[in-house]
Amino acid sequence: MNVILDVKNLTMDFGGVRALNRLDLDIRAGEIVALIGPNGAGKTTFFNCITGIYNPTGGDILVTPPQKKTVRVNGVKPHIVTRMGLARTFQNIRLFQNMTVLENIMIGRHCRTQSEILGALIRGPKTRAEEEHIVHYSYALLKKIGLERQVNEFAKNLPYGDQRRLEIARAMATDPFLLLLDEPAAGLNPQETTDLVDLIHKIRTEDKISILLIEHDMKLVMTLSDRIFVMDYGKKIAQGTPGEIRNNPVVIKAYLGEDSDA
Amino acid sequence: MTPLKHILRSIMISIWFMFLTFPLMVVYINPLNYTVTWRWKNMIMVGIGTFFASFFWRRFQNRTVGNNDKPSLGQKTLNHIYTSPEISRMLLGVLILFTLSFPFIFSTYQTNVFTTALMYVVLGLGLNIVVGLAGLLDLGYVAFYAVGAYSYALLNHHFGVGFWVALPLGALVAAFFGILLGIPVLRLRGDYLAIVTLGFGEIIRLILENWDKVFFGPSGISNISRPAFFGVELVEKSIPHAIKYMYYLVLLLVLFTIFFVNRLKNSRIGRAWIALREDEIACQAMGINKMRTKLTAFALGATWAGMVGVIFAAKTTFINPASFTFMESAIILSIVVLGGMGSIPGVILGAFFLVLLPEYFRTLGDYRMLAFGASMVIMMVFRPQGLISHIRTKYNFNAKEPLA
Ligand SMILES: Nc1ncnc2c1ncn2[C@@H]1O[C@H](COP(=O)(O)OP(=O)(O)O)[C@@H](O)[C@H]1O
Ligand SMILES: [Mg+2]
Repeated sequence: MNVILDVKNLTMDFGGVRALNRLDLDIRAGEIVALIGPNGAGKTTFFNCITGIYNPTGGDILVTPPQKKTVRVNGVKPHIVTRMGLARTFQNIRLFQNMTVLENIMIGRHCRTQSEILGALIRGPKTRAEEEHIVHYSYALLKKIGLERQVNEFAKNLPYGDQRRLEIARAMATDPFLLLLDEPAAGLNPQETTDLVDLIHKIRTEDKISILLIEHDMKLVMTLSDRIFVMDYGKKIAQGTPGEIRNNPVVIKAYLGEDSDA
Repeated sequence: MTPLKHILRSIMISIWFMFLTFPLMVVYINPLNYTVTWRWKNMIMVGIGTFFASFFWRRFQNRTVGNNDKPSLGQKTLNHIYTSPEISRMLLGVLILFTLSFPFIFSTYQTNVFTTALMYVVLGLGLNIVVGLAGLLDLGYVAFYAVGAYSYALLNHHFGVGFWVALPLGALVAAFFGILLGIPVLRLRGDYLAIVTLGFGEIIRLILENWDKVFFGPSGISNISRPAFFGVELVEKSIPHAIKYMYYLVLLLVLFTIFFVNRLKNSRIGRAWIALREDEIACQAMGINKMRTKLTAFALGATWAGMVGVIFAAKTTFINPASFTFMESAIILSIVVLGGMGSIPGVILGAFFLVLLPEYFRTLGDYRMLAFGASMVIMMVFRPQGLISHIRTKYNFNAKEPLA
């Protein structure tokens, strides 16, 4: 399988703090990859560097969209990265609170549609067709995640678990080939977590989207991922299949602390 | 709390207020003959007034606590009016008839005042794009209004350019200024943006005031032509006609603006603006070009201010920098905030409120400003979302499955 995201030597400094230290990571088409590590390890910073929110201090981020040439995306603006086909969710949910559930997903279609101000004023057949496409496409996504009954509800009125799912659907609406999920199971109850696992499987098999996820729920990580990368203090300390990671002494030490005799 | 406790609290508050307002309301020093008058009656009035105000306010709050998110009865009625096609169509019919026949029913003075109110409706709707939809706090909106007005005044003065040619030109010049200012400034957020735009508004006014050679300084520009009626100049003698004509012209612009903003609100660009207001980072992560989207909102708002500026110059036939002070920006912003950010009917209501009330209460003199301030504070306490909060479009999906 071909590599779709290839990160080499990625370094990110905040003043004196080195949040990412010569990090290497790669994802192949169709994979579900997990990025794990203790709090403050630099996982979210890694996402922010890849999606253009931060401009990394050093290293290379190489993205290869399907049937396209490889592009180095260091310092590329976030909306361009999304257009290339990388979509993400946030650790602290960032929905458009005062917009409806459907509208949140419709925003995701923005980068795949064209109509401008003049189109909105005249509302010719092209604009109307596009608008109809946006609505129907978004509704279909809504049904996929099972939120079609809350279609006209404000995002802020949704229960927490539904908000997490809506954020995933919104990211899906941008037509990504790689989906980046930042702690998607945080705050979910066991039932919701099970549903989430099903949803992620479905996204991989039905939509052919590769997934990189940050997660603390080890059971979820072990059941879902093909490969796991482990970080600590901005460095990669291990990588491998769930089986390999589970028994890796370095990982156990990082998670349980130096002084633990477990 | 028991009613008795309520009453005690209110009594305490009223005593406190009597004490606070004592120097202002009770002691009256006559500077001519150095006598002091004690107006005890005022104190009693303040006491009784505050007692009832605080009592009812707390009762009101008690009732609203617990159903915070539920719409109030007024909001429900409004929603009902919005959603029921018969009622809204009937209301709309009455409204259209009223506005159309207005200049023939009321005096020239009234028509003139109403025209001003309608101009502020357009200004409010224009600023609403910037502040209400895109969430960019622009405190220098009046600058673009001035740009439009001076564009027409100067073009008319030097080259005799007519109103109808100047209208799109003024709009374009204002849009140009909007983009020019927007490119460096829109990197800033919230308060910073507010301060810089406020500065820009003052700079434009100071330039107009001090660059005599080009802008004629504080004495302004006079004898600006009124709009021609299908190529026919309206003669000066028929001022009442000109005022009627102006009224219809502005009314037309109002209708066009409502139509336009309404379409924008539910378009791809309009949604992007609202999303930008809600969360900039998430917005960018959804593939929206932040700078470009902000710039369109800013420039479009400026365009509208420019158009109204041209109309203002044509209506008054005389302009000077005194018409474009910060107070003007503040009033337009108040219209948007008071009316309800992002809501078209809200902004219309807000404009009428803030333009007509001070006009009709002219006799109150400077107390008008006091009332203005008080009503703003009261609004912010009771209805921070504005008179009419904006309602998002609801989509109906029936049994027919979309995208099967
Ligand atoms: N914008 C920033 N400015 C300064 N330091 C930051 C910034 N973002 C993250 N950091 C630092 O980088 C480190 C990694 O944080 P983060 O990526 O959020 O960790 P994780 O997501 O793995 O819990 C932390 O020490 C954090 O304080
Ligand atoms: Mg994190």
